[in-house]
Amino acid sequence: MTSTIEVTNLSKNFGKVNAVNDVSFTVEENKIYGLLGRNGAGKTTLMQLLTGQEFASSGTISLFGQTPVENAKVLQNTCFIKESQRYPEDFRPKDVFKTAPWFFANWDQDFADRLIADFRLPVDRRIKKLSRGQLSSIGVIVGLASRAPLTFFDEPYLGLDAVARQIFYDRLLEDYAAHPRTVILSTHLIDEVSNLLEHVLVIDEGKLLINEDAETLRNRATNVVGMKTAVETFIGNREVLHRDGIGGLSSVTVAGLSESERRDAHSAGLELSPVSLQQLIIQLTRTETKEFEASA
Amino acid sequence: MDDSRPLFAQVAENIENDIISGALPEEGQAPSINEFAAFYRINPATALKGVNVLVDAGILYKKRGIGMFVATGAQEQLKGARRDSFSSEYVRPLLAEAEKLGIDSAQLTQMIAKEANNS
Repeated sequence: MTSTIEVTNLSKNFGKVNAVNDVSFTVEENKIYGLLGRNGAGKTTLMQLLTGQEFASSGTISLFGQTPVENAKVLQNTCFIKESQRYPEDFRPKDVFKTAPWFFANWDQDFADRLIADFRLPVDRRIKKLSRGQLSSIGVIVGLASRAPLTFFDEPYLGLDAVARQIFYDRLLEDYAAHPRTVILSTHLIDEVSNLLEHVLVIDEGKLLINEDAETLRNRATNVVGMKTAVETFIGNREVLHRDGIGGLSSVTVAGLSESERRDAHSAGLELSPVSLQQLIIQLTRTETKEFEASA
Repeated sequence: MDDSRPLFAQVAENIENDIISGALPEEGQAPSINEFAAFYRINPATALKGVNVLVDAGILYKKRGIGMFVATGAQEQLKGARRDSFSSEYVRPLLAEAEKLGIDSAQLTQMIAKEANNS
């Protein structure tokens, strides 16, 4: 596996705030990564560092084997779609699509035109007259049609409706399948994207909390629901991630179960339900917090 | 695609269902990995993992440069495997629910016979 990004002991401080705190990871070529975390966790700062828009306080970053800072060779292979991209005052969407090919060698105009139709974007209207969702769709179109070997989407869909978001996911998957590339998608809408991701990075308070294959992460937990006594008998001394209950009912989140364990649970009259990536991350983040508090 | 089992296992099971129902006939070409990924809205790596489960089991086979095909005998092989797990998958949960409601096995047999006559 070739790695597209290698980050070692990366930190970024703004005064006393550690926005990114001693983070190390690698991003493998041609995979879709999810960069997840709460507001202010450090996702955007991390992406700004990776794309050479911020200088690191310490640590090293390598993109395609080189430093991204002031490096045209790296940056022309990189596309960064930001939540609040600004455009020149009197630009219209068609001006954006006219200039984009100057920056991206792999730009596909036919694909851009198809996306413009899909998103019903009025290309002749001045950008400042566009709605929030239409503004976001410009970024999404640029991000997809640029086909950059390394594409960052930082909360690309503020204001996009459910239909437009689904179009984004579908086009991303289709085009990724036809033209494999490395994609890093940062979002709060974890449940919507969880099936698209191959690998998940979770960042919390500047630290890298989870760096795991998405499939492994999805199978990490199951909810077992049923009568309190039956649930307790079934879980025995398994590791419990989360425990909830009401009256005689109990709902316990445990580590992933094998097929035979699932059958045992069904025979014991227990119900099994999936733990979404979003729920799992919330629970794991909470556990970490507790451990952190305990050790402090 | 919203079950607590791994996504790739669900993909494999969906393909199995299509083979059992005949929607994917033996020696017919199966959809490509990318088609599966787009259809189920999942990462192609996950779709590949699901398909590989069936390739390893000899249900699907690859023709280099052409695609994937359903093996001869796949339908019967899958039906056999499903029959083997029928008891644990369907009968045992049925008995568990019946016991919870106080339905004894004689009553249960009667109910099954009645439903079978109606259908």
